[in-house]
Amino acid sequence: MRSWYYPLASISSIILIWQMGVWISSAPSYILPAPVDVILSFIDNWQLILEHTIVTVTEVLLGLFFGISLGFITALYLETSKKAVLFLRPVLIFSQAIPVFALAPLLTLWLGYGIISKVVMAILIIYFPVTSSFYDGLTKTPRSFLDLAQTMGSTKSRILYYIKIPAAIPSLFTGIRLAAVYAPIGATIGEWVGSSQGLGYLMLLANGRVKIDLMFASLLTLGFISIGLYGIVSFILNKISSHY
Amino acid sequence: MKSTIPSLCINGHALFEDNILFNAKNMIIGSSQWTCLLGPSGSGKSTLLRLIAGLDTHVVFNGDIKASDNNMFNNRVAYMAQSDLLLPWLNVIDNIKVGSKLRGDKIDNNILDVIIENVGLVDHRQKYPSELSGGQRQRVALARTLMENKPIILLDEPFSALDAKTRLEMQDLVVMHLQDKTILLVTHDPSEATRLCHNIYLLNDNEIYSTKSLPPPFPKSINDRDAFSLQTQLLEEIRST
Repeated sequence: MRSWYYPLASISSIILIWQMGVWISSAPSYILPAPVDVILSFIDNWQLILEHTIVTVTEVLLGLFFGISLGFITALYLETSKKAVLFLRPVLIFSQAIPVFALAPLLTLWLGYGIISKVVMAILIIYFPVTSSFYDGLTKTPRSFLDLAQTMGSTKSRILYYIKIPAAIPSLFTGIRLAAVYAPIGATIGEWVGSSQGLGYLMLLANGRVKIDLMFASLLTLGFISIGLYGIVSFILNKISSHY
Repeated sequence: MKSTIPSLCINGHALFEDNILFNAKNMIIGSSQWTCLLGPSGSGKSTLLRLIAGLDTHVVFNGDIKASDNNMFNNRVAYMAQSDLLLPWLNVIDNIKVGSKLRGDKIDNNILDVIIENVGLVDHRQKYPSELSGGQRQRVALARTLMENKPIILLDEPFSALDAKTRLEMQDLVVMHLQDKTILLVTHDPSEATRLCHNIYLLNDNEIYSTKSLPPPFPKSINDRDAFSLQTQLLEEIRST
């Protein structure tokens, strides 16, 4: 049995059940559009969807880049200074205790309807998982590696660069995989709260105009982006980390 | 040449939670010789090695460890353990060079090539640790130790995880390449002690004391009668306490 058989089977079953649900309940298409309607809407509106997809993807990629970079730097800073841990940990925990979604209206207020408030939203969502997983990895270097480095007369900064960071790469990559999943969520929430572009905006617009088929088409596009992003990120990380 | 290879003298006792873990009186680790510390698992043998290497331990050591030339020796020690401590993200070459990288030293590629050839890793230069067998990995660890070129070498059961055939090969290889060094080998295996070591110390009942050993040359062949009878004596001595 090939590996793509099962996902294909499960997805086909869902579509089949969906179609049957539409037939049996005879729900009007403005409540529950049939899969066929969604595909047709996709074909009719592909240029519109593509336009908004580009915006959302840009937000997600910028959010990923800055969120991962900030998380990476913060974790390194925490590792090099005990005081930094005491100083920053309460802030980090508090920032997680308040739901980041609740900040979305504020971000829109402060940063406007443009792309920046969405990028910042994505950064906020990514930042903590990347920081905490990488920092966790940095503090869990096998004792024996550090002993070896010590008997070899190494310095702190060289141990960090040659031992601790490489040893923490798998943990960092766990954080980045999570970030790839969270970033589209962050960008979409930002778009929901206030925007004039992006797939989140298109979903709200279609919903308001009772074009539920278009809404579903946008939603599915968002899903494909997330899965595609996760797939690409995983592929790259697995290539890099095959020896870690 | 011999003046650069110091011997070590250990006097003192190690305390763990106010109990004596081991007590050493005038334990000499001779210059250019193999000295063995033989004792059961958990007796604190590795702790002594860590003390010599200047690594953190869970014990308090009251006493002193002196080099015969009265200089500091922490920076003249290389360490080879039961687990090979290869960094999984580096290939064979980079693992061998890791000491230079960690210190920021220049690497002498001629020496590197000679060492790789001597330990028989020429065909494995670019491989990663996960692609090597246990014996090959321990060869890389040996090459890394040789690359360090330190006068004092601490061996913490480096052969105990290997199968019988590989163990014998590795023992011969290590002895061949670690001549003219001050070696302390920690082991629980009497046959290893008798086969390889000029001097044997036993760690028994928290006491480290010198015991009988064989005259050179080393390593003894596996059917050496003297080695075999000494091995039996050592086993009986360990068992009697």
